Amino acid sequence: MLADPPDTNSYDVEAVNAASRRQPLYAPRKKIFPKRASGYFRKFKWLVMLVTLTIYYVTPWLRWDRGPFAPDQAVLVDLANKRFYFFFIEIWPQEFYYVAGMLVMAGIGLFLITSTVGRAWCGYACPQTVWVDLFLAVERFIEGDRNARIKLDAAPWSASKLTKRTIKHVTWLVIGVLTGGAWVFYFADAPTLLGDIATLQAPLVAYATIGLLTATTYTFGGLMREQVCTYMCPWPRIQGAMLDENSLTVTYNDWRGEPRTRHAKRAIAEGKPVGDCVDCNACVVVCPMGIDIRDGQQLECITCALCIDACDDVMTRLGKEPGLISYATLSDYNQNMALATGSGKVIQPTRIRDQITGKLNDAIKRTDWRSVIRPRTIVYLIGWSAIGLAMLTALALRSPLSLNVLHDRNPLYVELRDGAIRNGYDVKILNMTPALRTVELRLEGLPGAELSLVDGGEDTAQVLNLELEPDKVLPLRLYVRIPPDVRPASQAKFHIVVETPDGHARSNTETTFEVPENAK
Amino acid sequence: MTNKEIDQVTGVETTGHEWDGIKELNNPLPRWWLWTFYGSIVFAIGYTIAFPAWPMISSATTGVLGYSSRADLDAELVAAKAAQGDLVTKIAETPVADILANEDLARFARAGGKSLFKVYCSQCHGTGATGSVGYPNLNDDEWVWGGSIEQIYATISHGARSPTDPETHYNVMPNFGTDGMLAPEQIDLLAKQVASLSGIEGGAASPEGNQLFADNCAACHGGGGEGMPDAGGPSLNDQIWLYEGTLAAIKAQIERPRHGVMPAWQPRLGESAVKQLAVYVHGLGGGQ
Repeated sequence: MLADPPDTNSYDVEAVNAASRRQPLYAPRKKIFPKRASGYFRKFKWLVMLVTLTIYYVTPWLRWDRGPFAPDQAVLVDLANKRFYFFFIEIWPQEFYYVAGMLVMAGIGLFLITSTVGRAWCGYACPQTVWVDLFLAVERFIEGDRNARIKLDAAPWSASKLTKRTIKHVTWLVIGVLTGGAWVFYFADAPTLLGDIATLQAPLVAYATIGLLTATTYTFGGLMREQVCTYMCPWPRIQGAMLDENSLTVTYNDWRGEPRTRHAKRAIAEGKPVGDCVDCNACVVVCPMGIDIRDGQQLECITCALCIDACDDVMTRLGKEPGLISYATLSDYNQNMALATGSGKVIQPTRIRDQITGKLNDAIKRTDWRSVIRPRTIVYLIGWSAIGLAMLTALALRSPLSLNVLHDRNPLYVELRDGAIRNGYDVKILNMTPALRTVELRLEGLPGAELSLVDGGEDTAQVLNLELEPDKVLPLRLYVRIPPDVRPASQAKFHIVVETPDGHARSNTETTFEVPENAK
Repeated sequence: MTNKEIDQVTGVETTGHEWDGIKELNNPLPRWWLWTFYGSIVFAIGYTIAFPAWPMISSATTGVLGYSSRADLDAELVAAKAAQGDLVTKIAETPVADILANEDLARFARAGGKSLFKVYCSQCHGTGATGSVGYPNLNDDEWVWGGSIEQIYATISHGARSPTDPETHYNVMPNFGTDGMLAPEQIDLLAKQVASLSGIEGGAASPEGNQLFADNCAACHGGGGEGMPDAGGPSLNDQIWLYEGTLAAIKAQIERPRHGVMPAWQPRLGESAVKQLAVYVHGLGGGQ
């Protein structure tokens, strides 16, 4: 046995990189068990969920009669035939600028919404939020509320736990399948496709899409939840840059909440200042992101406002005014904070309360809807509306008969035996209606010109009568010939016109007639 | 490790990197992210085993799936050829005039002819088939050897003055000047006579010129200079000239004619390709 050396000193020191002080490189996920909230915002979220899910699932099944030559599905992205149908609107691929316009509107709409009501998209309408809410409702229904779920999660595996977990995951997967299933109906005739899917006759891509969306819905909505918002989504970063001091955010009003205490009566008896917050953590347990709003604005907060519901409930039961956590702007918050702290840095509850009744002062600034009206948001609204109106106008004025003309590049012109000049054109006539149509094609502003079609033989004419198939493009090879006695001395501009006999639909395109440079 | 810095606001260590006063927090990564990272490494290794990847001395590993993009292309080409097969054979078997009547065959022939034209014909006739001096423009309504679909087909098949094809179009215009068949002043009168037929500057009709034309030219070019496509005698009474429509050029051509040569394409390209070309050329706007 070794004896201790007699003259050793021990020091109270720790290595700078000791294991206990080292930060982990990788953090395990902290489980969140959100408690059921109830109140105004919870009801609103249920309503939003009902509306958005209804739109998503029902839309492909709506019918819209377009006659015998077009599909009768109200909303259909027909990739095979390159058409997009939206109720009375039919978009052809070359009209994709409507989609570009919609995207610009979505962009400016994002600016508008975020600068006024903050991250409302994240809190209410984002599919991730809606489906996580749905998945949480399923989980709560099967496994119980927060405490029951914590207990179940900590419990060892048993028949009952296995049953509950199986039912939960199977239900999630079914929701996933239904989500992916609804998506594919936007791309084909829904009733037909449903029959094909059921009888295993649908195209492979339909099953692959359903499979992929089932996997993503189950993983993102059931397993990853808040991790998607915190780590994967760029939106919180972008939206954070768009907020300003007049945007609504879910705010913990610490100017009236602090100093918080769980033992208010004792603190009052001791003469200490007491704020409204009773530190019950109700706001934390309902949070689907698992954060504490009392730490201030943070990236993780999706502003779903469930903490407002939870806190208002507590405040009401305590006989205090609700709104300790509320939608507020930073400028209002700062004003109230200044009121509560006076010149010092410490919050003094007495400065904002009536000494006798204990009610909050009238001097307190309450955020109302007026805060959203300011030059920045008005500019956004004007820009957004202008694009919307421009698109609606373009849509209302667009002709269902369209004409594309491409002059031959090589040869630009052809000289014929008798000295006449001939130019060739590739002409496409677009019949953008689901009906058969007869149109006349003629030239305007080119005297003496004669028309012929490559397949029309030698016959020339002043006017061509053409049959257009419903919802199709008619490609033509058009020759324009000018006899030598009237041929122009230099390049001539003229119009090619197509028109229905009744004159209802008309389209014209300017093009040129080329002649040799040394024309006689 | 010695100068660790803790961010005051978050209480989190920084990485020590700084950009204009902005520092990076060293927050831990979520663990599932780590597993995703490992998963992609495993996938990448599997991928390099399954597909061609690792460079060796003279080539690369072929991958256990045996995939190669070159083989992919070959398979696609074979499939494309097979898909065309029926139409190509059918065009070869169909009389050329009947192809025009069959919409499917005509569309295929026009497209095929267009691409063949770019490869085999555009060197002389131009990419727009506009020709140049000595090489006929195929867009117009003047045809040296005839502009019907059968005549165009025959011309492409056997060529013109082709030394390899006994059935080729053949004719020769005599060297009226250099062989001393006509005196210089006669050539002058004749050239003016020819130029007058289409109103070319300097042209003048004369009784002597008219006689000379009837004696020397009408046999191949027709009594009024209207041309004889069957014999390959170009028309002289219109605005289209193979060797330029000026008095000097006409005179030069009478004195010592130039002759173009076109290869016989049938032996090189085969029946189907020649018919596709005929359909395409016929459809350029001047077909009769």
